[in-house]
Amino acid sequence: MSDGLTARFAKRFAGGSVIRVDDWRMSARAGITVLFGASGSGKTTVLRCLAGIDRPEEGVIRWGAAVWFDAALNLFLPPQKRCIGYVPQDFALFPHLSVERNIAYGLHELPAGERHQRLTEIIRWLGLEGLEHRLPSELSGGQQQRVALARAVVYRPRLLLLDEPLSALDAPTRRRLRGELRRWLMQLGIPTVVVTHDRMEAMALGDELVVMDRGNVVQHGPVPDVFSRPTNLAVAGIVAVETVQPGRVVQLADGLVTVTVGNARLTALEQDLPSGTRDVYVCIRAEDVILMKGEEGQTSPRNRLAATVKLLTREGPVMRIDLDCGFPLVAFVTRQACEELALQEKDRVMALIKAPQIHLIPRAAPAASL
Amino acid sequence: MTREEWQFIGFTARMAVLSTLLIVPPGLAVAWWLARRQWRGKSLVETLVSLPLVLPPVVTGLVLLKLFGRRGLIGHWLHSQFGLEVVFTWRAVVLALAVMSLPLFVRAARTAFEEVNPLYEQLARTLGAGEWRVFFTVTLPLARRGVGAGLLLAFARALGEFGATIMVAGNIPGQTTTLSVAIYQAVQLGEDAQVWTLAGVSAGLAFLAVWGSERLLRRAKP
Repeated sequence: MSDGLTARFAKRFAGGSVIRVDDWRMSARAGITVLFGASGSGKTTVLRCLAGIDRPEEGVIRWGAAVWFDAALNLFLPPQKRCIGYVPQDFALFPHLSVERNIAYGLHELPAGERHQRLTEIIRWLGLEGLEHRLPSELSGGQQQRVALARAVVYRPRLLLLDEPLSALDAPTRRRLRGELRRWLMQLGIPTVVVTHDRMEAMALGDELVVMDRGNVVQHGPVPDVFSRPTNLAVAGIVAVETVQPGRVVQLADGLVTVTVGNARLTALEQDLPSGTRDVYVCIRAEDVILMKGEEGQTSPRNRLAATVKLLTREGPVMRIDLDCGFPLVAFVTRQACEELALQEKDRVMALIKAPQIHLIPRAAPAASL
Repeated sequence: MTREEWQFIGFTARMAVLSTLLIVPPGLAVAWWLARRQWRGKSLVETLVSLPLVLPPVVTGLVLLKLFGRRGLIGHWLHSQFGLEVVFTWRAVVLALAVMSLPLFVRAARTAFEEVNPLYEQLARTLGAGEWRVFFTVTLPLARRGVGAGLLLAFARALGEFGATIMVAGNIPGQTTTLSVAIYQAVQLGEDAQVWTLAGVSAGLAFLAVWGSERLLRRAKP
């Protein structure tokens, strides 16, 4: 029997809609799995079923050898027996308890000494000193988020479940916390499932990506794989970024960033990169890539990449062109344009991309278990 | 006020406090079951609990008299097991007040529990809390104003109870005579001065209890 999570279940709702997970496995090692999809695709329901708040009608949910749910055996382990940390979308801090008592809620069975030690530790770690005696209503959104995280992790759960952890925050706080959240989760070393509908958040936070569409898991794999190789059009439409490549920041000057990807160098805008960022995901949408045959003088786009056409695929009114320019790059051109350029496999072309259309997503080092 | 009047007031207040304390545990339990669980026969229990609100109090008193009398189902058992007399003693007063004020308390507490967002309770469970801990550390504290308002209402109702009390406890001065019964008796005897004093006290107490209850409820709203 494998370690970690094995989930295969269906949850039905009165209106007739069904949320279904077919064979999802997640290792017990540290790492962040992002449950990604549009709102209404069933992500929160999946999370609630894992937490034991909702009970599915069919299937099995297991953690290692422990059965959390088995419809055939009519077995259902209530949330208090699962040892999971759950942080709902609006945090649900107990409004009548101080920050300290919120965080200590799950620790009441510990001896006072150890309880105190864990509290002090987590409060210092998340920078909550001085807020211990405030009520949740007296905290900012970012502080509430940290208290909710502290309350869930101080309990030392074996699995952490975060529902849209950043959506209740304003945009600047959200951008700032995106990187911090991943850093915190990496330090914790607890396997984590994060629900989000935000593509940038999914890339910034996740190691693995589970894409949900209308109640079903449609694809599952490492983040860059899912983004660059969606298994079908539905997934492609949901992720909507065809090229995702790991890159490294090598230079910052005049508001521009130079990034190496494979052996190519790209120029992008500095955007919201936190200072000191080195590892990034370079994201390029296929419709932002311009193709040109031959060398024709000066062009305005900052990035000119010599590329070889690897594959041409018809996708409705457009052609999908897989290129090799030192790293795999995807371009969409209309079929007319493709005919005029007489593009064929193995052709040499120039790929042009404007600097503002290269999106960089800061990337902490991959998960290391602590 | 005369010593006798003070005695009526003191006795009634003690009985009302006792009956209110008596209904807290079963009232909270029933209110929670009605607010948080779906079960067969729920509507029957809902109806039974609210019945004393609309049934003539004299009828409620009659039912209690038959149940708790020495030959009644419960009264016989209490007498043979514990030697307890209920009817026409102070115990009957507490019993009548409790039965008559329970519906008000259950209705208020149920509404207060229903207004607590179940997400807080679910979250407490994910942090390892069992049902009792969830109730005492989350549900009850979050519903405390509504529950408190319900207690005050129940207390006010108990202070003014008449019909059921006189049926099951009678009118034994110094032993079972409550404020309302004393007022009725004073009217019968034409003792106008005593009527107005006792009526004034009774109205004042009722006003304070309802006013406090309203204040609590207003602050309970977000």
